[in-house]
Amino acid sequence: MKILVCISSVPDTTSKISFTDSETVFNKAGLQFIIGPYDDYALARAVELKEQSGGTVTVLNVGTVETEPQIRKALAIGADDAIRVDAEPTDSYFVAEQIANIAKEGNYDLIMMGRETTDYNSGVVHGIVGEMLGIPSFSPVMELNIDGNQAKMTREIEGGKEKLEASLPLVLGCQEPIAEWKIPNMRGIMTARTKPLNVVAPSGDSLTSISAYSMPPAKGACKMIPAEDAGSLINLLRTEAKVL
Amino acid sequence: MSILVFVELADGEIKKSSQEAIYYGAQLAKMLGTENNVLAIGEAGSDNLALAGNFGATKVLHASDDKYKAANIMAYSDILTAAAKQTGATVIISAKSSLADPVTARTAAALKAGIVGNVTALPDLSNGFTVTRSIFTGKAFAQTSISTDIKILGIKKNALSPVASTDKAVVESESFHADVNAKAFESKVTETVKAKGIIPLPEADLVVSGGRGMKGPDHWQPILDLADALGATTACSKPVSDLDWRPHHEHVGQTGVKIAPNLYIACGISGAIQHLAGVNSSKVIVVINTDPEAPFFKAADYGIVGDVFDVLPKLTAAVKAL
Repeated sequence: MKILVCISSVPDTTSKISFTDSETVFNKAGLQFIIGPYDDYALARAVELKEQSGGTVTVLNVGTVETEPQIRKALAIGADDAIRVDAEPTDSYFVAEQIANIAKEGNYDLIMMGRETTDYNSGVVHGIVGEMLGIPSFSPVMELNIDGNQAKMTREIEGGKEKLEASLPLVLGCQEPIAEWKIPNMRGIMTARTKPLNVVAPSGDSLTSISAYSMPPAKGACKMIPAEDAGSLINLLRTEAKVL
Repeated sequence: MSILVFVELADGEIKKSSQEAIYYGAQLAKMLGTENNVLAIGEAGSDNLALAGNFGATKVLHASDDKYKAANIMAYSDILTAAAKQTGATVIISAKSSLADPVTARTAAALKAGIVGNVTALPDLSNGFTVTRSIFTGKAFAQTSISTDIKILGIKKNALSPVASTDKAVVESESFHADVNAKAFESKVTETVKAKGIIPLPEADLVVSGGRGMKGPDHWQPILDLADALGATTACSKPVSDLDWRPHHEHVGQTGVKIAPNLYIACGISGAIQHLAGVNSSKVIVVINTDPEAPFFKAADYGIVGDVFDVLPKLTAAVKAL
């Protein structure tokens, strides 16, 4: 089985977000970048599937040279080779188009990624890729098992889940608990250095652009209520906060 | 030029989140001087669909077929694309959900339309078409311009507070047929498991949530009691769902469900930044924790330093006394 895993490079989830140049540029200074947490789940499941039934895992990133540490980490976790489309991932459509271009040449059985990136939270790239390739797409997938040409999946829905069956090839947006995150071991880190990482040029355009950023208004002080008098909170929620 | 709202049905009725999307479409239709059409797929009574008028729908297109009973991402997207073409839609609107996001994503590709999700306000039309959207899981906002003729917007909960018209503006609904690629039905939903009788978290206005401070799955009764008294939905932190104390669909946070209720009551949750990311869109946050230094108090509107097992019954009693 040939699996393509698409990863994003995003600030660590504990990062303090800020902007520069009159709030028009995202400030990367001092931030630690990681593989997108949802993408990391997709990668972990892809490596498990390869270990179970053979095949290859190719990791794909749309990003500048700055993302190579995250790509090398994915190789250390167990991907066999990598492709980097050398471009800023400017919007969902543009990123999806790069993935679809690579996928058309690679004949993959599964194209996996996170349900969304944790920076721009759009959660639509997998669907756009699926439509571009004319194959089914599912998200958010929380369980995945492959039996021959058939995928059995569980998708999370509001307040529950649904079980699904579909034939390969498929595009999947993944989330926990599809697999446990994998931590690279020393051997993986050593072999990752020599695994192939091909850099290719982008094609296509963005359909959206960001003109400015802003921060949410600062939260006011927290009103403390003595535990003995906890019941009075309910009255405050009714008369002061007006949420009950 | 017109607007098309993709609405979702639950038990034959228009979901609350979709009512918000219809209302958003109606406000935008006024700005653009155009119609606000609505597409509903699946089984629904015509009386229920007519209620779309109360939120500002001009007309309802209803695609009903036995094949559409189970939500099918590919089929629904084909229908949405066909309806957009037939009505000449230039803006497609949906409420963010596990169905609408993948459906509109495919339609965006089919129509080569710019798509923006988590939209928090009406667009600014003074210089093109610019929307404000939430990014970094609620930590910031981005003003995003869409350059294509057709635009697709995913609306975040509470972007606008819908005011249902009181004059019971009933609208006509007409049946809509689209050619759906037969391949769509090769994928099958074999089973749907859904908690009965509760409002799903993304739609809930009141949420009571528990963390590791609840000390174990057998100690959840005080949370269930308060939620029951309030008519609230229950949630939990990531460690709690990782430990299988509570089902995964209750996990709110950076990698779980993102919620935007009017009231979020956090019980025994310290407030790690990843948890805050999932709940920071709540209007009012109440934090109950034994540790006065818990970081969550900094993000809270009301706080109680105390034992949840002592505080929660007092809150439940006070709600019941209302």
